[in-house]
Amino acid sequence: MDWNLFVIQFINGLQLGILLFLLASGLTLIFGIMDFINLAHGSFYMVGAYFCATLTFLTGSFVLAALIAVAGVFIVGVIVETTIVKRLYRSDHLDHVLVTFGLILVFDTLVQMIWGPEGMVIPLPAVLDGQFEVASLVFPSYRLLIIVSGLLVAAGLYLLVMKTRLGMLIRAGASNRDMVSALGVNINRLFMLVFALGAALAGLSGLLIAPITETNIGMGNGIIILAFVVIIIGGIGSIKGALYAALIIGLIDTMGRSYLDSLLKSFMSVQNAETAAPAISAMLIYILMAVILAVRPQGLFPPAGAA
Amino acid sequence: MNSYLPRTLSGIVYTGVIVVFALMPVFVQFSGQIFYLDIFSRIMILAIAALSLNLLIGYGGMISLGHAAFLGIGAYCVGIPVYYEIYNGWIHLALAIVACGVFALVTGAISLRTKGVYFIMITLAFAQMVYFTFVSLEEYGGDDGLVIELRSEFGSWLDLEDNIALYYTIFAVLLLSLFFVHRLVHARFGRVILGSKFNDRRMQSLGFETYRYRLVCYVISGILCGIAGLFLGNFTSFISPEMMDWTRSGELIFMVILGGTGVLFGPVVGAGVFILLEVWLPQIITFINGLGLGAKLPHELWHLIFGVTLIAVVLFGRGGIHGLLTRKKRP
Repeated sequence: MDWNLFVIQFINGLQLGILLFLLASGLTLIFGIMDFINLAHGSFYMVGAYFCATLTFLTGSFVLAALIAVAGVFIVGVIVETTIVKRLYRSDHLDHVLVTFGLILVFDTLVQMIWGPEGMVIPLPAVLDGQFEVASLVFPSYRLLIIVSGLLVAAGLYLLVMKTRLGMLIRAGASNRDMVSALGVNINRLFMLVFALGAALAGLSGLLIAPITETNIGMGNGIIILAFVVIIIGGIGSIKGALYAALIIGLIDTMGRSYLDSLLKSFMSVQNAETAAPAISAMLIYILMAVILAVRPQGLFPPAGAA
Repeated sequence: MNSYLPRTLSGIVYTGVIVVFALMPVFVQFSGQIFYLDIFSRIMILAIAALSLNLLIGYGGMISLGHAAFLGIGAYCVGIPVYYEIYNGWIHLALAIVACGVFALVTGAISLRTKGVYFIMITLAFAQMVYFTFVSLEEYGGDDGLVIELRSEFGSWLDLEDNIALYYTIFAVLLLSLFFVHRLVHARFGRVILGSKFNDRRMQSLGFETYRYRLVCYVISGILCGIAGLFLGNFTSFISPEMMDWTRSGELIFMVILGGTGVLFGPVVGAGVFILLEVWLPQIITFINGLGLGAKLPHELWHLIFGVTLIAVVLFGRGGIHGLLTRKKRP
């Protein structure tokens, strides 16, 4: 077995998992607390990447640009929540699906009108753009940075949710929002904060991946589906569940794509294995989700007290 | 007076739509605007698909975000046999019915155990599975899709290579589907489905095994959408996994909502308005730019208008177009 390749694939899987976690943690909170399905969550991912690309060229610093871009996406989140989403908390899920579907069109078009149809490359500082070697294994620096920064955000989120008053309200809201509201908490402001926080996290996720993949229109529309799979598997409303599920999905998806064909070749003809492997590996996570929904419909780690 | 004549505004509009469908080829012959034959063929095909989705959303309360998968499976049931030089349309039809029926039965049996958000997401997940399966089937073009060299052959009496014959075939299938759905929702079966949408537990306590009814409804809807897919494949002569992208499923839902959920004719009007917006908005923008008013409008603008319309319909237009047509004036 090629250990170098294995390490690379493992890191890629972790990195996908971390990006998914950043997307899914916001999504699961919005879902869990407001009972709102936000298909347009991927648009914040895209907007974050585009903000960061422009700001990198303006400021000359990727890190500074990233910080401003996250704040920018937070503001976009506030605007979307107060103008549109707020009106829909009482509507049924069908309306959520449609409105956020419309929002995707609006965001994709606005981005195309502002930045043009071409993708943008975000140049990385030299420090991050390379790889280093430990015990004859090669690690790409930037991907490790994504993983580390993602884990830091996860830790920060954990502290926010478990140790602060706001976090207490968020947890309470995920379990029983009517009770929180009845206890005199300004639920509207809480909703707005949660929505914008989720948007900012999605934006962070998008801008982190952008230096690797370039920005492009509709970049969030594919990954958002994966993020939904993550929150269904993890249990709606649970950040812990989102973290575990995101890492599981990231690793299964990446490792499946690279190792499934050799696995299949051990008991199938080479030709059959090569046709079946890509199909099966692409479906793997959806199969996992279907199995989990069939066996444990509330997900792996449903939030305490949630029905 | 003949009691079959439409009396309400909505009845008149819907009759008008059918008349427009029926006479469109004549209009095309005289005006030479062949373009519109294509557009109306597409409208009618998507109307059948939306009609089948309305069975789930409007009557059954089952919000499926994966319905485009059936459209794709139906289309590939033409594409793959044609690839092997099997042109017999009856075989294509049988394949589409069996493939969509089995797929709906298996995925429906699993999905219908869940409710609400979970149902939306699991239907989406199954559709993604189909999407990725066809993307990875390189034999059949993978991502790039498959060209359908010759259309389905249903016998010497019907030549689908003739666009007008294809048009009227689709028209006939649409009418049959409307009739079928009408009978279905007014039968005992449809009443049970509708009842379980509003109060599933009550229907169960009345002694109906609603799960089975809903599953059968899901299978019927899938097969009907597969038949629409069969015609979509024949009509476009080119199929690709892009047809079952999840955004396509979103568009189908929009057509249902735009026309009015749970209304027999709603999806037909919804599909019509949707496609015509898609065709006319870019033309209007080109027209305005052609007036030479100085500032040129960007061409993508129509997508934006489209998205805003979508949001506005949900926020302000309760009940879709049917709701507008039947709204009572305040005294």
